[in-house]
Amino acid sequence: MILASTRYEVEDILAAQEFYHSRNWTDGLPVVPPTTDAVKACLEWAMLPEDHLIGIEPVRERSITAEKLAINAVMAGCLPMHFPVVVAAVTAMLQEPFLVHGATASTGGCAILVVINGPVRRELGMSGTFNALGSSDRATAVIGRTVRLVLCNLLDVRPGQIDRATLGHPGKLSYCLAEDEEASPWPSLAEDRGIPKEASAVTVMAALGPRQFMNEWTTEPEEILNTYCSEIKGNMRGYSIYPGNYAIIMPPQLRQHFKDAGWTRQDIKQYVFENARIFRREWADVGKGNVVGSRGDQEYPALPDPDHLLLIAAGGPAGGFGSVIPPWLGHKSKAVTVAIGACLDCEPE
Amino acid sequence: MTLEILDPTHEGNTGNFAFASRLSALEGTTVGIISNGKRNTIPFFDAFEDELKKTYGVAQVVRAIKSNYSAPADAHIVEEAENWDAVIAGIGD
Repeated sequence: MILASTRYEVEDILAAQEFYHSRNWTDGLPVVPPTTDAVKACLEWAMLPEDHLIGIEPVRERSITAEKLAINAVMAGCLPMHFPVVVAAVTAMLQEPFLVHGATASTGGCAILVVINGPVRRELGMSGTFNALGSSDRATAVIGRTVRLVLCNLLDVRPGQIDRATLGHPGKLSYCLAEDEEASPWPSLAEDRGIPKEASAVTVMAALGPRQFMNEWTTEPEEILNTYCSEIKGNMRGYSIYPGNYAIIMPPQLRQHFKDAGWTRQDIKQYVFENARIFRREWADVGKGNVVGSRGDQEYPALPDPDHLLLIAAGGPAGGFGSVIPPWLGHKSKAVTVAIGACLDCEPE
Repeated sequence: MTLEILDPTHEGNTGNFAFASRLSALEGTTVGIISNGKRNTIPFFDAFEDELKKTYGVAQVVRAIKSNYSAPADAHIVEEAENWDAVIAGIGD
């Protein structure tokens, strides 16, 4: 295996940091120096040749090879065993319906949320419980960080270059979590999106920052979902009224009430579909009366259909805190799920 | 002991793009404006169209609007653009 990337020689690990920072090749945090041995170890673990084409960014026709992806994964702190998940996440990002260029260039400032399902979570020590949305474990932290470094270094999505975000949000550093499947009463998110239970999978979504709420004052599923819907509707009034994928994070304390009442994943999706909707005239309540126009009585659902809700079981054991993660901009980017180890564009034998 | 490290960037792999040939003058030409379609682009490009015609003698300005303001121009717009002398990527917010 001969790597094609340009090699540089530096004095030591500290010099390597300054070398990368000075070229704007980092996210501002220290990086693991990507040596040839470390990069080859990733490629060998995933059994990928260095020139394997992970995918092509559809708008700017920028190709991403396994070698370049592995370099960025090492820099983010990935071990070789993390690399197959990175490959799946970036493969998913490059699918046309995801519209990675639009999502990452937009002034809207979203980040790419990565959700992991399947046996790989346990193999890599992913948590999905305490602090689920805030670097709960090593694997999700470094996999999410790799996504950001890939955007910067391979697609030039750096602030002020392709990345035109007005504000962005902290999830841009790393926005990755594993679903707490073992403690969930429902089939996993990936199963819900067509992946067999035995397989591991990655779902990516162009996502805003999480909106946390608390409702520890009821055991009724409808009332709990009304609190979720209120956050969704708040986003529709304040940010974007257009329907798309919404992710909702449900911790164990709230999940228990749904389990006790026998609610399925489909029941939850249907309830949110029916109840998370606003009228255009409600824009006038939040200072946006100028754009209500003549369609004030038009009703907008948050979800084009129930399947656009990504219900994710995650969170620590105590606390009635839930979270809503809104989409970047309605339906313009669609969440994509890819099985880990699957080749999407391979020719059949 | 020194450390050998690798370049994490695309290293010039910038796709198969090439610049279109440039016009020497705008007078008498047909210029297309492909707008991203956001609300406030309309008055802005109205004024821009006037300026192109009055100040630069552009014969015709063709206005096209993308169906998705975050995605590349639709195929039919790209096809139509083949008939124009120049194209302006009309990004507005």
